[in-house]
Amino acid sequence: MSVSPPENTTRLSISGMTCAGCVSTVENALKNVPGVTESAVNFAEHTATVRGSVDAKVLVAAITASGYSAAELRGAEDESEKEAAELSYYRSLLRKFIVAAVVGFPLMLAEPFGLMPMLDTDSGRVFWLVIGAVTLGVLVYAGGHFFRGAWKSFRAHNANMDTLIALGTGAAWVYSMLVVLFPDMVPSLARHAYFEAAAVIIALINLGQALEMRARGKTSEAIKRLIGLQPKTARVVRDGKETDIPISEVGLDETIRVRPGEKIPVDGVIIEGHSSVDESMLTGEPMPVEKKTGDDVTGGTFNKSGSFLFQAKRIGADTALARIIEMVRRAQSTKPAIGRLADRISAVFVPVVLIIAVLTFLAWFNFGPEPKLSYMLVATMTVLIIACPCALGLATPISIMVGVGKAAEYGILIRNGEALQQAGKLTTIVLDKTGTVTEGRPAVTTLVPAAGWDETKLLTVAASIEAGSEHPLAEAIVSAAQARQIKSSSASDFQAITGHGVSATVEGKKVYFGNARLMAQHNVELGNLVTRAEELAARAQTPMFLAVDGFVAGIVAVADPIKPDSKSAIARLHAIGLKVVMITGDNRATAEAVAREVGIDEVMAEVLPGDKADKVTALQQRGEIVGMVGDGINDAPALAQADVGFAIGTGTDIAIESADVALMRGSLHGVADAIAISLATVRNIKQNLFGAFVYNVLGIPVAAGALFPFTGLLLNPVIAGAAMAMSSVTVVSNANRLRWFKSGATRT
Amino acid sequence: MNTWAINLAGMAVMALIVWWFWLSRSKAQHFSGAGPIEIIVDNGVYTPARIEVPAGQPVTLRFVRKDPSPCAEKALFDSLEVSADLPVGKPVDVTVTPPVPGEYEFTCQMRMYRGTLVAR
Repeated sequence: MSVSPPENTTRLSISGMTCAGCVSTVENALKNVPGVTESAVNFAEHTATVRGSVDAKVLVAAITASGYSAAELRGAEDESEKEAAELSYYRSLLRKFIVAAVVGFPLMLAEPFGLMPMLDTDSGRVFWLVIGAVTLGVLVYAGGHFFRGAWKSFRAHNANMDTLIALGTGAAWVYSMLVVLFPDMVPSLARHAYFEAAAVIIALINLGQALEMRARGKTSEAIKRLIGLQPKTARVVRDGKETDIPISEVGLDETIRVRPGEKIPVDGVIIEGHSSVDESMLTGEPMPVEKKTGDDVTGGTFNKSGSFLFQAKRIGADTALARIIEMVRRAQSTKPAIGRLADRISAVFVPVVLIIAVLTFLAWFNFGPEPKLSYMLVATMTVLIIACPCALGLATPISIMVGVGKAAEYGILIRNGEALQQAGKLTTIVLDKTGTVTEGRPAVTTLVPAAGWDETKLLTVAASIEAGSEHPLAEAIVSAAQARQIKSSSASDFQAITGHGVSATVEGKKVYFGNARLMAQHNVELGNLVTRAEELAARAQTPMFLAVDGFVAGIVAVADPIKPDSKSAIARLHAIGLKVVMITGDNRATAEAVAREVGIDEVMAEVLPGDKADKVTALQQRGEIVGMVGDGINDAPALAQADVGFAIGTGTDIAIESADVALMRGSLHGVADAIAISLATVRNIKQNLFGAFVYNVLGIPVAAGALFPFTGLLLNPVIAGAAMAMSSVTVVSNANRLRWFKSGATRT
Repeated sequence: MNTWAINLAGMAVMALIVWWFWLSRSKAQHFSGAGPIEIIVDNGVYTPARIEVPAGQPVTLRFVRKDPSPCAEKALFDSLEVSADLPVGKPVDVTVTPPVPGEYEFTCQMRMYRGTLVAR
């Protein structure tokens, strides 16, 4: 077969075009891109339509190089096109159902009342011949797609649901026509036409697919809601004028005005004004965040009070919201190990059913009562019709789709189905202390000067040395000095000693500032300050010693407040059945004080950042399945080592890209929610798989006639058709129950 | 005689099912490396469904979905951890790199649509 790639059509929004001359510049830029066969720029809409085999990014780069900005038109537009296509298909399925039902159901209802002519009269045969022709029309119109699919997949050495439906209904129609045209070929007891069964089965399966489609539409609601967050227009400031333009036309670095009550259109940095912004729709964080000049704002969030100007820093597919949507979409397509058995079964399912159908045929032929031919046909047809590979194939992905989407509503981004399943199996959760259990914004709480020193002098030297550090504790000390209007001195030879503290030269004196280990390393005598430090640590404060020219100058104690909801979140983790461990580089006494406060089971204190991953490994070697919660950057090795890494941070963080699970709000409740959603999803998958397996494992023998020797009953193929149609609907509906998930669930 | 004939015919049909669906395979289409290879998604099958590609090199597959049923809406390369949404009527390019020689299956979410990349 020859390969003839069709031309892609890419739509781009273009910013910066001010005159008709710009149009030809952009058009030329596009035409010069290798692979472009045609390009048309619409000046009024500020869009370009490009045909050819070129990646949209290449086109955007070409336009940027010519002095304009561009972005690919995607997102909401794609979604509405998808919805329109789905609606049209849904309607076509309903039409097919109605046509098949109008023919099939009256025939089926008339027969038990003796309203149909007998086959053994000439007029009766003519009547049935007409009915045969009408039902053939039904099969072609309402069931043609099953027959086409069956034939095509047969030629490709593949078998699918279409194969079963086409064989089942096709056999019924052919047999019935045989009875009508050549009645003498068929024993008199077996002279029965099954035209109505074929039509009704086709009707029911079309209805089932339509209902399944309806239910499926709901499974992607989370994505629709995320897409819905994106505003359609932005108020840009160009040449001093404010103009509303479609969001797709916003260029990089453009200045945008956001008024109270409006959504922020793209990601950027505030350059003028201040406001409080509700980021809950993106992060799940309920409290609005105060924003001022220099702060980042995220597209899709809601500006509550003030008006401000901001500069667009990320547009189109690069915005946090677009990346989140993409990540959720990708995760929804993946499957965890739990679904692999079903995958293996569904891969061989249809040929196995075909073999069972032949065995059924032979069993009735060899052992069945008269009229054998009728029994053979009915049982074989029922086996083909009742077996539904769709329910089995859908069981896992549909639950993953809803589960991952539900998590996104809680501000939890799950990387893939495997992480979702694994999160429910965790036995131990390791929490990084700073920024996870605590706020991560420490403040100076106590100053203990040594003999000959006072608080101001102590803080002056401490602030002088820490001015060069980027550590969160340093920030606390510098802020405390600023608050007291202390002017720090300049420090030289600054050196950070990982896990210990810092050293520098201040006013010609060698200064060390850090923990007791640092002091011991440099033989600094601490005297009675050791007891004082222990007291502070027991009150969850982190004491740091200052030594100047080999003599201790005092203690600067810093405390990082515990997040208000850490305790309740840890209680939830305990309720799920998890052991909670805290890991920190902080000293043991401080760490244990924090642990006592929030109810942590085990503390790993004074752990150097590089050793955190080893601690996780040690826990794994003890047989624990470990979840690690950290800020996603400093704790990267430990997050990677853990069975599930939870990056806690903001939606704009790099953590979105790196962790198994990214929590967009700072609360530990996100971890409990993620685990609860994981448990609920895995439970839902198991229910689906159980339903699909039981359905087929029980349904197929019953259809084959397993109950006949005991009860004399044989399953009606029409009921089998209805059951098949409903099986996928049931699986999708059960998955939809996950949409009503409420956080707070526990392991069962 | 009649009984034997029908039973033998039944067994022959079963043998045929096993042979056709499991043992025999359609011929793989060789990928020349000149531009994307087009795969039509329609009527329950990928056409072509078996594609021979060089191992260790990126290959671009252009999926053209014609079947509007939701079954066809995704293409998953499980072992390569790649997936793509396939909107109806809009060609979608998916670039994959089979790392070593072997067979790499790609399917729809329900595994009804099935194709294989044969990396050599």
